[in-house]
Amino acid sequence: MNIAIASGKGGTGKTTVAVNLAALMKEKNLDAAVVDCDVEEPNVQFFLNPTWDKEWTETMFVPRIDEDKCLGESCRKCVELCEFKALIWMVNSVMVFDELCHGCNLCKLACPADAVLDSTRELGRVRSGGADGITVYGGLLRVGEAMATPLIRNVKRAAQEEKNQIWDCPPGTSCPVIASLNGADFAVLVCEPTPFGLHDLKLAVELVRVLSIPFGVVVNRAGMGDRRVEEYLKQENIDLLASIPHSLEAAQAYSRGELLIHSIPEAAAGFETLWSNILRKTADKATA
Amino acid sequence: MKELIVISGKGGTGKTSILAALSSLGPKKVLADCDVDAADLHLILHPEILETFEFISGKEAHIDPDLCTACGICAEHCAFEAISPDFQVVPEHCEGCGVCAFMCPEEAASMSPRSCGFWYKSRTRFGPLVHAALKMGEENSGKLVTTVREAARDLAEEKGVDLVLVDGSPGIGCPVIASLANIDLAVLVAEPTISAVHDLKRVFELTQHFKIPALVLVNKVDINPELVKEIHAYCRENNVPVVGEIPYDRKFTQAQIAGKSITEFDPKGLGKDMERIWEKIEKHLEDVAVKTK
Repeated sequence: MNIAIASGKGGTGKTTVAVNLAALMKEKNLDAAVVDCDVEEPNVQFFLNPTWDKEWTETMFVPRIDEDKCLGESCRKCVELCEFKALIWMVNSVMVFDELCHGCNLCKLACPADAVLDSTRELGRVRSGGADGITVYGGLLRVGEAMATPLIRNVKRAAQEEKNQIWDCPPGTSCPVIASLNGADFAVLVCEPTPFGLHDLKLAVELVRVLSIPFGVVVNRAGMGDRRVEEYLKQENIDLLASIPHSLEAAQAYSRGELLIHSIPEAAAGFETLWSNILRKTADKATA
Repeated sequence: MKELIVISGKGGTGKTSILAALSSLGPKKVLADCDVDAADLHLILHPEILETFEFISGKEAHIDPDLCTACGICAEHCAFEAISPDFQVVPEHCEGCGVCAFMCPEEAASMSPRSCGFWYKSRTRFGPLVHAALKMGEENSGKLVTTVREAARDLAEEKGVDLVLVDGSPGIGCPVIASLANIDLAVLVAEPTISAVHDLKRVFELTQHFKIPALVLVNKVDINPELVKEIHAYCRENNVPVVGEIPYDRKFTQAQIAGKSITEFDPKGLGKDMERIWEKIEKHLEDVAVKTK
């Protein structure tokens, strides 16, 4: 089973939910792997402290032009077809702008002279390792690289053999989130009970509905704001899976990288409720 | 004209609350919300929308089921897993590259311009605001950010305003990189949590990569004084000025619930702190050489 932990807004507690849920599953003797799909700002490692056993560089295809084979100005097919303007005709040759390339391969497919050769651009690192019975997968986008989605796909591919996966998604609702949510059996949307939290929760709800992923909501830092999130959930008939109460102690434990199920009893109770509600909602999916 | 951005790497560190407070201080300015896929600034600024523009960018593939023979060539060549098992385009995954249209032997796949969202020119009590809403799961957030930035810059020139204040998005990827183009000074909002310190370092590296001067503002300092020290040490090592510390205070949430900036909600307390922080930022902004744009 693949459970995605997502939210429109950043900093609502996605990672907190992902790592505590995994730790709770492990205590129940269930296999759990955490896949950190936030390759821009990955944080799972601070809470589970994995030893990275494997780490490798991931690259993507970018074109190189074989000047000898290129038919030159009379052709320019690759330049005309590239939707991302990654290939430009400059004076008397095709210039490639690596950072604009999406790696679609169209230039190579279209070149009548086989003049487009394979080259690569570094996306970042992918790593995996064990952490006290939990396997962790993650990625680290190269600083300056704009495209997170190909690296996210690589991280998920590395984890594909794992039975029970928890996907810690990046914030937002655009392409990196879509790539992260793709293939999820269930989504847990984490929100905080504030106007910003509610606004961005609505976006996340709209997104999982478009993607037809069954979902429920966790209210994190319950009690810090107002009741508008709960009212919205009722109105929309959305399952409240659990509430994790707000406290300075929880914020402090988080700041040190501690698991709340070990240090904050009220939070531990919330995660028990969350897990039993996930089981109820995904009864048709094998978990154990 | 100078352009100042507030970013943080990690989400939820208080960027938007801080930006709303800075909006209310200092000289006349144009505001730009570049968190285009989960924008929140409008919840405090309550903009009155003056003009709406459709954001059309890139292309999207379509497959005509009447012409499709289910040969599978498109799916085989699509690098983005955007062709469904029944040979329809999944718009959320399509990046608009045109490979399917190029390869389809039946001419069943075609490309059309893609409407990715909307952007707006608005009026707020703190000045003009340019903001946007990306459609669900859309591509091209970076290009929408660029559109918002350009519109804000044009508006500032038109109105003879010397400052553009930009609210950035979390992360270090495409929209953040787009929001950093031609920025004169970046304020990095940090919080003393092990995650946020790590994320601060990543986003600082990004500003270094693009040679943008940066300042650090530490929010929610009472959560972990030890990590506040670590942030200060990191900033000293890297010659990044720290322009202030903000306490972990429920008033920020209360102000948000009231739809106000902290300078309006608590003018004598946290509002005064924000004024002092703004004065420091302003000094640094004066020191930054004007770029030729």
